[in-house]
Amino acid sequence: MKLVIGIVRPEQANQVLEALHRAEVRGFSMSRVQGHGGEMDRVETYRGTTVQMGLSEKVRFEVAVSDGFVDKTVGALCEGGRTGEVGDGKIFVVPLDHAVRIRTGDTDEGAVTPVSK
Amino acid sequence: MSGVDTGDTAWMLIATALVLLMTPALGLFYAGLVRSKNTLNTFMMSIAAIAVATVTWAAVGYSLAFDGDGALIGGLGNAFLSGVDFAPREGTTIPELVFFAFQATFCIITTALISGAVVERMRFGPFLVFSALWSVLVYAVLAHWAFGGGWLISGGTLDFAGGVPVEMGSGFSALAAALVVGARKDYGRQALLPHNAVYVLLGAGLLWFGWFGFNGGSGFSTGDPSVLAFTNTLLCPAATLVVWFALDLVRGRKVTAIGAATAIIVGCVLITPAGGFVSPGWAMLLGALGAIPSYGIIVWRTRTRVDETLDVLAAHGTAGFIGILFIGFFAQETWNGVSDGLFYGNAEQLLDQVFAALAAPAYAFVMTFILLKAIGAVMPLRASDREEAMGMDVVQHGEEAYVTGEGAILITPESGIEAELPVADPT
Repeated sequence: MKLVIGIVRPEQANQVLEALHRAEVRGFSMSRVQGHGGEMDRVETYRGTTVQMGLSEKVRFEVAVSDGFVDKTVGALCEGGRTGEVGDGKIFVVPLDHAVRIRTGDTDEGAVTPVSK
Repeated sequence: MSGVDTGDTAWMLIATALVLLMTPALGLFYAGLVRSKNTLNTFMMSIAAIAVATVTWAAVGYSLAFDGDGALIGGLGNAFLSGVDFAPREGTTIPELVFFAFQATFCIITTALISGAVVERMRFGPFLVFSALWSVLVYAVLAHWAFGGGWLISGGTLDFAGGVPVEMGSGFSALAAALVVGARKDYGRQALLPHNAVYVLLGAGLLWFGWFGFNGGSGFSTGDPSVLAFTNTLLCPAATLVVWFALDLVRGRKVTAIGAATAIIVGCVLITPAGGFVSPGWAMLLGALGAIPSYGIIVWRTRTRVDETLDVLAAHGTAGFIGILFIGFFAQETWNGVSDGLFYGNAEQLLDQVFAALAAPAYAFVMTFILLKAIGAVMPLRASDREEAMGMDVVQHGEEAYVTGEGAILITPESGIEAELPVADPT
């Protein structure tokens, strides 16, 4: 089991959702985050105050998957998130010790595998 | 000054300010309807119209619209405000300076209205150029036809407050603008939703407030036509709201807030041409019936490839068209002192209204189409896909509507904008 964390551009979030759907990855969560990853900073001016905006809006996907789904998930995040410009984001895959589905008490592989209704 | 009525002038000064408020209100209404990354750019297009159209109106627009009674266009006798002073405007009891300012606010809001068709992708520079040219070549011409002594008004067409130049002028120009500029890159593929429905409702409410000056001032006095138009501006949109609620309930089982805001605009547009010509009862019928075509076109348009983004055609073009024709049926001389419509035995009035309902859309559409094609040949009309994805606020204005300030580094005058700043190396 792995936790796949993908940080992407907000404007690519819809493409990522579509790609995850095509890869049949059904369970994930996403949140809005701010970050910095080497992209060019934006300079903005508010009346006399000029500032360099060091942080960019990003969207963070978190997907807990069984081992067989790791490559598919990473592939979907790459496919949906890539524009080719600096600032497309990063993907981190980290080991996952334990998972529980709250409704049923299913654990581990059973908890990260979608149930068919 | 002899011939000037102080009461009329006092009301027209206030009415002018009310109409000017409508343009920032429109900016708020439009800003709520777009995505948050385009909030400022959308609002700024309305502010830009105040800037540009006021200057063009003072330079030549007012003169072309209101100097003389040429069939197609006015003269240049009042160019650069020549001869516009404290003497009463011919046919009114208010100083021509007030008349000029009142008419200027109409030109401004009409120019701003068209921005609704091109928000979220048109570049700001070309929009400024377009505003300057459109306010003269399209608005001033249509205003001359309907208000200034041109062929429509001299032929008997009734248009109380601007169904021809303002509503049909903006609505059909918006359709042409949407076709020339083209759809947003994600249109039809992703849900592009309004980001703040409260702005939309507040904007619509302020527009309605301003519209009392728009319609109530179009009699240029405190006399009967103004009083009738003022009260009809309350009655007609209320009827539109009720019918819109019903249509929403039938279609989606829920009454929607953005639907209600749209209904307010549609109702105000419907009564704009007819305000001083129909009875309060007919005004309410106009509001009720007129809701249906605009509602239908909004539902239908979103299923097409035409990204006329904020539905200027449905809200203004269509409702203005219906309002102009309605006069031809239900105008009542006992109320307006001018003319009856078909329903009261005067079929000729309907014919006069039909001329306006055909000529204004055709002129507005064709001229706007040519104008934008010409501007597009000189400079790119729209932002790149990459810029569109980032949002027009940052790209066009270097500002954001909802900035947090977290992680913002102050650029001091000493270090300057060019100074080396600590940026991680992408390689």
